[in-house]
Amino acid sequence: MKQPRRSTGRTALPYLLLLPALAVELLIHLVPMVTGIVMSFKQLTQFYIRDWSTAPWSGLANYRMAVDFHAPVGQALLNSFWVTCTFTLLSVGLSWLIGTTAAIMTQDTFRGRGLLRAAFLLPYALPVFAAVITWSFMFQRDTGLVNHVLHDQLHLVKDKPFWLIGDNSFWALLTVSVWKSWPFAFLTLTAGLQNIPRELYEAAAIDGAGIRQQIRRITLPSLRPVNQVLLLVLFLWTFNDFNTPFVLFGKAAPKAADLISIHIYQSSFVTWNFGAGSAMSVLLLLFLLLVTSVYLFATTRRRGADD
Amino acid sequence: MRTHRLPATLALTAALALTATACGGGSSTSGSSNTSPKTLTYWASNQGSSLENDKQVLEPELRKFEQQTGIKVNLEVIPWSDLLNRILAATASGQGPDVLNIGNTWSASLQATGALLPFDQAAFDKIGGKDRFLPATIASAGAAGKDPAAVPLYSMAYGLYYNKKLFQAAGIAQPPTTWDEFVADGKKLTTGSQYGVAIEGGNVSENVHNAFMLGQQHGTGFFDAAGKPQFDSPAAVAAVKQYVDFIAADKIAAPGNAEYAANQSVTDFATGKAAMLMWQSAGANLKSHGMNPDDYGVVPIPAPAGATGTQAVTSMVAGINLAVFKNTKNLDGALNFVKFMTSDEEQKQLNGTYGSLPPVKAAQSDPAFGTPELKTLAGVLQNSAAPLPQVAGESQFETLIGTAVKNLLAAAAAGQPVTDASVKAELTKAQQQMPAS
Repeated sequence: MKQPRRSTGRTALPYLLLLPALAVELLIHLVPMVTGIVMSFKQLTQFYIRDWSTAPWSGLANYRMAVDFHAPVGQALLNSFWVTCTFTLLSVGLSWLIGTTAAIMTQDTFRGRGLLRAAFLLPYALPVFAAVITWSFMFQRDTGLVNHVLHDQLHLVKDKPFWLIGDNSFWALLTVSVWKSWPFAFLTLTAGLQNIPRELYEAAAIDGAGIRQQIRRITLPSLRPVNQVLLLVLFLWTFNDFNTPFVLFGKAAPKAADLISIHIYQSSFVTWNFGAGSAMSVLLLLFLLLVTSVYLFATTRRRGADD
Repeated sequence: MRTHRLPATLALTAALALTATACGGGSSTSGSSNTSPKTLTYWASNQGSSLENDKQVLEPELRKFEQQTGIKVNLEVIPWSDLLNRILAATASGQGPDVLNIGNTWSASLQATGALLPFDQAAFDKIGGKDRFLPATIASAGAAGKDPAAVPLYSMAYGLYYNKKLFQAAGIAQPPTTWDEFVADGKKLTTGSQYGVAIEGGNVSENVHNAFMLGQQHGTGFFDAAGKPQFDSPAAVAAVKQYVDFIAADKIAAPGNAEYAANQSVTDFATGKAAMLMWQSAGANLKSHGMNPDDYGVVPIPAPAGATGTQAVTSMVAGINLAVFKNTKNLDGALNFVKFMTSDEEQKQLNGTYGSLPPVKAAQSDPAFGTPELKTLAGVLQNSAAPLPQVAGESQFETLIGTAVKNLLAAAAAGQPVTDASVKAELTKAQQQMPAS
């Protein structure tokens, strides 16, 4: 009799200890989330924000407006969605590639390695606003550093291109985003590399494996668990990035760089249509949930098959 | 373990994704009262060179008010980037300041939320009467036919700043008074290294202010009498095209102006890269860039030849209004404070410091406002300024039209042709994004 009761007590204890954290989690994450979902079904404009419980229910009208791709609002949202997808894929891919390369290159000790690693981490340590505003100065057409180098010194372009307006703004945004997020990939992967036993490389070298084969057969497979989390986190951060485009372009981003977070901000805060903004946020949430579940499902199953 | 990770990550995703929506709302709609008569909270907008500078300007005045009335005023200076969001949050929660500054173009939009105390006859009587203010500034404090939602505090108007030396060098005796002269002079002033005019093309607010002024001259207010948006009327198309053509057809503004959003046009004017600038109260700004007041002149912005009435409008009524939050716990004190801030003496003191014009008629006669620049701008405010549309959808209008003009200027700067059709298409798109209500 005694034995099982003690074990139930033991299993319950961790959950009891988690309870306060769970309650706080509910309060600060779930309550606003539910509020947002409720708002998305309301016609919440400036006429009702003073007492938003009186805002009329609008059913699915906000959602219908958001996904009506023949009307300007839906079209703009769809455009913004594709821009964000392309931007996220490129940014995460490049950040990961540069981060991995740099982490592998700095794995072996050499003079000045510590300094180099610290320098690599600088963009990550800088305050976002200060860093991005500096980039925006560099991207200015007439006085910026980028055009000075491309046009005045290297003579690569005939006319000075615009970077902060028009189609080039996409590449400007991508540059800043990769610059800002690759150090995180670098940091995480450097940590991951420390867990790979040196003996594996030595054994491989004795068996005649070159550097490339060592990276392909030892380093990358060993980093898989790290990569799995790293890519997901980078994806979510980049997809939802608000600060970078906002500081770079102000509240009206050019069409080519109209990321979804800034688009939703425009649709709700700037045009005072909070119901529509909430509906778009809920759609975004559903999309991210879908991507995340598919990703986790695919990666965990593959790992299970590999093991 | 592996199976447990999935829900946890999903929860994390959900949390990350919805931080955008996370803005709560309250439902306290109680009205004003006098339950806390000894203190007031005042939200001031950023008028000086920094938030700290504003505090230094305002604190001594607030102490004066405390000596007179025994009411202690807690001051918070809020940067422009936050002010509207803070007001909306205060409106939604019912927890806000007692008295606050608002950009005067927000008056009708905020009036529609019902968060601000309407200034009816009784309220105006308590602060010394409606007649003390310039009529144009009162018109910028709320929708026509309703009690104003605020009273004017600081006023500004647009003027045409021109560089006297560059005009002389180009052989132009008089600053332009019509747009034909403006464009002709602009072409004369545009040489290899210098342009006729500098515009702030990446700045949504500047764009919409200029589009509005030109719209008035072409005979449209962008909204019809019933408050319905008319963004793509032929008059609106003509007005916007005229502005975009400074870069596109007339080529009197540098293409690089299309991305200016950090007052680079003021710098260009001050450093002689451009000979003209359309700006509100630029004097202090120009001085900080080392331009001597004797080096430039200020005249009203051009209008069509022989224009009268709204077609002779050369500026919006720019400025800051002072409003009382309806949920105040110190109504009498709040009105008393409004009376203090709009008194002749405080108007002279504060507007003199900030380089703006007093909307109170009696205060304008002070010699501090007798400089050639301020005299011109005061004349504009009195004779040829019109308030931006005072309708509930005004803030949407500002964003949408300002962005449309920004896009058109970007296209023009990239060398794409700007036609009536392309302007109309952009304006139609803006209009379709107005919420239908």
